Amino acid sequence: MKILVAVKRVVDYNVNIRVKADGSAVETANVKMAMNPFDEVAVEKAIRLKEAGLAEEIIAVSVGPEKSQETLRAALAMGADRGVHVRTDIETEPLAVAKILKAIVEKEGPQLVLLGKQAIDDDCNQTAQMLSALLGWSQGTFASKLEITDGTAEVVREVDAGLEKISIKMPAIVSVDLRLNEPRYASLPNIMKAKKKLIDQYTPEDLGVDVTPRVKTLKVEEPPKRSAGVIVDSVAALVDKLRNEAKVIS
Amino acid sequence: MSILVVAEHDNSELKTATLNTITAAQKVGNDIDLLVVGHECKGVSEAAAKVGGISKVLVADAPEFAHHLAENVAPMLVNIAKNYSHIFAPATTFGKNIMPRAAALLDVSQISDISDVVSGDTFVRPIYAGNAIATVQSSDELKLVTVRTTTFEPVDAEGGSATVETLAGSGDSGLSSFMGQDTTESERPELTTARVVISGGRGMQNGENFEMLEKIADKLNAAVGASRAAVDAGYVPNDYQVGQTGKVVAPDLYIAVGISGAIQHLAGMKDSKVIAAINNDSEAPIFQIADYGLVADLLTALPEFLAELEK
Repeated sequence: MKILVAVKRVVDYNVNIRVKADGSAVETANVKMAMNPFDEVAVEKAIRLKEAGLAEEIIAVSVGPEKSQETLRAALAMGADRGVHVRTDIETEPLAVAKILKAIVEKEGPQLVLLGKQAIDDDCNQTAQMLSALLGWSQGTFASKLEITDGTAEVVREVDAGLEKISIKMPAIVSVDLRLNEPRYASLPNIMKAKKKLIDQYTPEDLGVDVTPRVKTLKVEEPPKRSAGVIVDSVAALVDKLRNEAKVIS
Repeated sequence: MSILVVAEHDNSELKTATLNTITAAQKVGNDIDLLVVGHECKGVSEAAAKVGGISKVLVADAPEFAHHLAENVAPMLVNIAKNYSHIFAPATTFGKNIMPRAAALLDVSQISDISDVVSGDTFVRPIYAGNAIATVQSSDELKLVTVRTTTFEPVDAEGGSATVETLAGSGDSGLSSFMGQDTTESERPELTTARVVISGGRGMQNGENFEMLEKIADKLNAAVGASRAAVDAGYVPNDYQVGQTGKVVAPDLYIAVGISGAIQHLAGMKDSKVIAAINNDSEAPIFQIADYGLVADLLTALPEFLAELEK
């Protein structure tokens, strides 16, 4: 089978976020960018399925500006076979991305689409569920385990109450959680090889998808800052402060 | 404006997250219906009818809804969406799983995890793990919204007398099936609603040491949480995790023990009213946001803490 993996270029998780002075957005110019960490887990899972002989080809897809190709190259260096870049400078919403991915799925015919459960920039947690709805496929969200056997995927989902196991019919959409695996680092030879791998290019218009935003960002602000309090010198002093100053315990 | 709130429950009990979500919906309007989708969930629909501020409870009780599989529940939402201007659900794993599927079927751009309501089309939501706060306006006719429950007080669970209307099932999609679950049974309060939370991190060193936190939690009627590092290391199950990708909590008191304070963890607890931190590293970032910090070895500090509480 073919596996499609969606990868997003986001601000690196280690970067301290700054809001632009005009309050319009978060500063992303001259900031270190990287693949969304959840998507790295998705790429890793695809590679492991291929290594286990369960998949023949892994196609990495990214929707975004020119530089999203760097993120695709990172996926190719990890082990994806080829890339698809859908180029747009519009900040696409999950619904638009889902529509684009649907068009790519229809072109490529994968049996499985793997996505990170959320992107660490907009924290939306929507795209996988939306893609699954648009295709009329099954969905396995927040997966910390995924096993595939003849036309069925068994997914262990991380839910608020603990873990839930479901069985979903293939073709399927699976959104992955961080505990599914630990993504590999790309080796230097593989980084070199990735440079030669093919990346197909489209625009949303090529695919007949309208990406006009439905949601307008009116402003972006810094959150209220918490300031450091006091350092106490003993457990007794800590309990005393909590009891008599903060009055949060009795 | 007519608003539908999707109730979260486990077929026997209405979850508090529902009550917080209703409060968020009330900031948009007062004509609110509550949807209970489940199976053999009579107790839940009775409880739902008593909730304050609800006009009507809609109950869809059918076998295909027993485990809230998104493939079965989303079409039900789509069927009744035309009667509403807004559909709200809690931003829990229940709401996060179902709502985007319904949103795509309705061709609506969902607004996730709102922390405030400005008006019927404008909402506030944290982005970048809460390191920025965005105010966003939806141009969709129908608004689908998930709610960060910790930022809204719950409505009264009692005092209402809504009418109950029954909806037919929408059939099994045949796409997915529930196989089982592994949940943590605990007498302690739920992590997301507890007044006091005590969490452990990698510094706890192993699962056994969490017993020290549990003893303190029992003393304080607190819930026990954990950082991602502690869950990844296998000290405690995943449902303990507080953070960007785990649970968001905002208790009166949050005690962080052996947690360094990565931004991904802070995202899940920095709205707590009072934060206390115990860590042996005086440079740990957690101390930059803690109201009270103690630089100490937790293995000696925790037994002392328990002893102090018993005084």
